[in-house]
Formats: sequence, structure tokens, C-alpha cells
Amino acid sequence: MSAETVEVKRVPSTGAAAAKDIRTAFSSKWASIFIIAFTVVWTVPTVGLLVTSLRPAKYVANSGWWTVVEHPHFTLSNYNTVLFGKGATTAIFPYVVNSIAITIPATLITLAIATMAAYGLAWVKFKGSDTVFFIIFALQVVPLQMSLIPLLRFYNLGVHIGKVPIFPALHLGGKYYPVWVSHTMFGLPLAVFLLHNFISQLPEDMMEAARVDGANHFRIFRQIVLPLSTPAIAAFAIFQFLWVWNDLLVALTFAGGTPKVLPLTGRLEQLVGQYGANWQLLTAGAFIALIIPLIVFFALQRYFVRGLLAGSVKG
Amino acid sequence: MSASHALVTASTFSDSVSKLSQVIAAVVVFFAALLLIFFLAGRATGRFQRPLTIAIFVGPAIVLLVIGLVVPSFRTLYLSLHGASYGHAPYVGFKNFRFAFTDPATQSVLLNTLLWIIVAPLVATGLGLTIAIVVDRMKHQSLVKSLIFMPMAISFVGASIIWKYVYDYKQSSQPQDGLLSQVVILLGWKHPPNWLLTHPLNNFLLMVILVWIEVGFAMVVLSAAIKAVPDEIIEAARVDGAHGFGLFSKIQIPMIRATLVVVLTTIMIATLKIFDIVQTTTGGNFGTNVLANDMYQNAFVTDNIGLGAALALILFIGVLPLVGYNVVQLKRERANR
Repeated sequence: MSAETVEVKRVPSTGAAAAKDIRTAFSSKWASIFIIAFTVVWTVPTVGLLVTSLRPAKYVANSGWWTVVEHPHFTLSNYNTVLFGKGATTAIFPYVVNSIAITIPATLITLAIATMAAYGLAWVKFKGSDTVFFIIFALQVVPLQMSLIPLLRFYNLGVHIGKVPIFPALHLGGKYYPVWVSHTMFGLPLAVFLLHNFISQLPEDMMEAARVDGANHFRIFRQIVLPLSTPAIAAFAIFQFLWVWNDLLVALTFAGGTPKVLPLTGRLEQLVGQYGANWQLLTAGAFIALIIPLIVFFALQRYFVRGLLAGSVKG
Repeated sequence: MSASHALVTASTFSDSVSKLSQVIAAVVVFFAALLLIFFLAGRATGRFQRPLTIAIFVGPAIVLLVIGLVVPSFRTLYLSLHGASYGHAPYVGFKNFRFAFTDPATQSVLLNTLLWIIVAPLVATGLGLTIAIVVDRMKHQSLVKSLIFMPMAISFVGASIIWKYVYDYKQSSQPQDGLLSQVVILLGWKHPPNWLLTHPLNNFLLMVILVWIEVGFAMVVLSAAIKAVPDEIIEAARVDGAHGFGLFSKIQIPMIRATLVVVLTTIMIATLKIFDIVQTTTGGNFGTNVLANDMYQNAFVTDNIGLGAALALILFIGVLPLVGYNVVQLKRERANR
């Protein structure tokens, strides 16, 4: 090991050499074993879920999923049962539809409003625009738990001072709107912050040139800012998509009352109690909930990591 | 497939199609309205042009944030000082807070929460750092990283179901289906307990779920930070004789300390808000309840609005210093620019 270190010292130092140097701090063989073991431990629970969802009920009831190695019996019938099963009490297909119907608008609307605000705060400088930006950024402090009770009351009952209605009750029970709007509200602070970081760094000359050519802010926004910001917008889109798709708290609060709008996460949480020992159904349902974010994640991992890095270790 | 089953499926499908087409219509209307506003406002001239532009770009975000976060926060503060019901509850001062800190059940909730925010973030960040350093040497680095990072894309509900199955309990005379029981039986523990009912062990088993999700996040962010340490600094340290573990602990770790703290605080914030895991696995029973779950229970299940609001406020006060730290970091960074 010392010989290797001496060898390294003579070579011009590079990042690779430095990394190599760190490696010598840990015995290479044990480190590899550790990583492999760790990766296996990290992956096996998900494999167990997938395998169980593909096993016939009678096997799931009286043997562990790892016994498929000896007795490979597989079926897709669990998926058929859990998706379309008899009647509305077991079928989760409508909840998959609800998840899609909640996630897509909640992502697109948040992105549109946040991108506009980020551009406005960065390039239509006005008195107090920096302050507004910092307040929006600081609103990330507020846990959404702080909003839930009053916001739900606001949707259901409107605003009154004494008995005088200031804002009417919206009667939105069984509608998607409150879920969309709530997700937008809660997503905005982070979205505006991330997009502002990117948009404020766009080249000033380009904006200036467009302005000299007589383009107003709306045209600059559509024809210059939007195309150039695509990477940042894509990064946040994935972030928001996963957040909304995987959310339970907002869903239970603003869509919990009715199966008409409840998304898959909310339904699965109920099924944990209902299905009891029917693990083959519960695991099939859970896998359906996992597969869409996993596809998005593996297909767009690069963008996702970029968004994550921008969000937490900016600069 | 029976005829009635087919019928149910058909009506489910047509219902879904109509739902989704309504959603698409709503999105199209939203963007069409936006375009129309852009077009009309673009024609405005004179002294209204600038305020109109500002209002259109920044206005929607401000209105939504005021209605969605600012006003409700003050309202929650108000509610936390009032009785259980929403509308006409009397002013009770700090009674809800006194209750939260003296009631034995709520005390144990606060203690659990404290345990969570100390243990889970430290373990997740520590593991993430170790892997970020060690994984560099691996042949199939990106595959390993993807697999460890993958739980990040899984919902807390999904993760909870995955792990609830790992922790599943059957009497030791029967064939096991929980992986954990099977493993400890193979290791010689003949009669493993019913894991999720065993206090205080169950708290740590639930934390494993959060750690499982957050390690990938810590790994990815820290790995990027380590790679961003400038070569010159490493070289200078090397000339001074630092190498191996010394180089790592004296140079690399201090260089990424800011990132390390940001990762830690970010996971701490997520931990403080943890709700889904407890709700899905134990429902807060068997001594596993935490603040965010208790808040939800009080606010929306037992309808003790005042206490629910007070718990939300305690949560907010817990998060405040953590996010405050991140804000200071950002301001410092801006000043340096």
C-alpha cells in the first residue's frame, strides 16, 4: 500500500489520483463486499414485493416468496383482481385514473405559474422584487401542515366576517380542483426558487437585444426564456410529478372524503387494513403504484439528479 | 370473465375516459386562457403596460401563496390558541400547548419525533457518505448507484407496504412469509417477536423505511460534492504529506461540510414531517405515533382543531431553525457572487 502511495505522489495530481488515494484508505476487497451486500439488502425488499404480486394466492398464504426458487409458480391474476375486481370496493383501476388526473394538471399548472413568476422576479425588476423573491423562498419554511385545516375550511365554507360572506363556499367536494390548487400552492416556493436560480442566469445581452428589437416581456418569455429554460423546467417537472404522484397527506385531506377523486396512495393506505393477509393483492396494488414513478425515474434519471443537486447544493 | 364483471369493467372504462377527457379539457382551457392573456396584455401600451406585465407574471403566484400558505398559517396560529371546534371556540391561551407537553400520550409522540429526527437523518447521511466514497471504485458503479437511489422514486406508502411485508409476523410453528423473521430464524433466533407490535423496537423498524428512501438522496448529493472539490486543494494537501484516510478526514470532509449539513437538515425536515410511513404501517398505534401523524389525527379524525393546530405549530417551530440555516447559507452565497 505504501508503495502505491509513493507511486501516486509522483504522478501529477488529478481528481482521479485523489479519488484513488481515498480508496487506499479502505481495503478495496472489503469495500466491494460491503457495497454489494448493501445493494442486495437495498433491492431485495422490492424484489419480494414484485415476486409476491406474481404468485398464486394459495402459495402466498403458506410460504415465503423466496421459495419460488424451488417452486416457481407465477400468475397475472392478482393484477386482474386488484385492478378490475368485483365492483367498486376492491377495484383500484379508478384510483389509478384519479392519480393520473391529479398529477398531470398539478404538475403543469405549478410549472406554468412558477416559471412566469421566476421570470417576472428576475427580469421585470420592480421595486421590492428581490424582497418578494426572498419571501417566496422563505415560505419553504412553512410545513404544509400549517395550512391544511384553514385551507380545507376555506374550500368548503368560504370566508365570512361575522355572517357576511366575503368569499362564497365553493362546494368542491368530489372535484379535482382543490387537490390541483393545493398542490400548486405547496409546490410554488421550491419551484419559483429553483427556476429563478436558472432563469436569472440567462445571458443579459440576449434579453437586451430582444428588447431593442421591440419585443415585449410576453414575447421574450415565450420565444427566448421558455426554450432556453427547458432543462430546468424538465428537472422540476420530474420532481413535482413524483411528489404529487407519491403524496398521501394532501390527497387524504383534500380528496379523502370520496372515492371519486382519491388517488392510488390513499386507496392503498386503506387497503393495508382491508386486504389483511391477502399479500398477493396488496403487493400487486403497490407495484402498480410504483411502476409509473420508477419508469419516469429510470428514463429521466439525469434530469432528476440535476434538479436534486440544484435544489440542495446549489452552486 | 362473467358477463356482469365485463359490464362493471366497461362502465369503469367509460367513466375513466370521461374523467380524463375533462381533465385534459381543463388543462387546455388553462393554457389557452394564459395565451389569450399574454396576447391581449402584449397589446397594452402607455403607463399601464408595466404594472400589467408585473401583475400577470408574478400575480398568480403571489395570490396562490397568500391564500394557500400565508393566511392559513396565521389562521392556524389563531386556532391553536382556541378550543376544539372550528368556528366559535373560546380563547384558551396556551392550554393546547400545555396539554401537548404534559399529556402522557402526546409526550410520547414528541419523544418519538425527537428520536426520529436524531437517529434517521444521521444514519441516512452517514450511510450515504460512506457509499458515495466507496462506490467510486466499483465496476458497475452506475448500476449500483441506480439501485440504491431507486427507493427515492417510490412513495412512502409503497415503501411502507414493501417493508410491512418484510416485517410480517407468523407464529414460529408455521412457514414464515416475513423476510426478517425468516432471516433471524436461520440465524438461530427460534421465536422472533411480532416486530411491529414490539415497543420500542418498532420505532426503529419504521425509521429503517425512511433511511431506505433517503440514503440514495444523501449518496447522490454528497458524491457530487466530493467530485467538485478542486484538484489544486487535493494536490496542495498531498504535497504537505496528507494521504489516505488523513486526506479524507482532514481535507475532503471539511471541504464538503456545508453540503453535509444541508443534506442532514434536508433529511431532518423530511423526518419531522413524516406522516405516511406511520399512518400506513401502524396507524400510530403500539407506541409509534409521531408529531405529523398526531396532528392529522387530531385535526381531521377526532376533530380537536385547537390541539391539531397547536401540534402543527410545534412542527413549524421545529422546522424553523433547520430551514433558517439553509436560508442563511443561500444569502451568504448570494453575497459572495
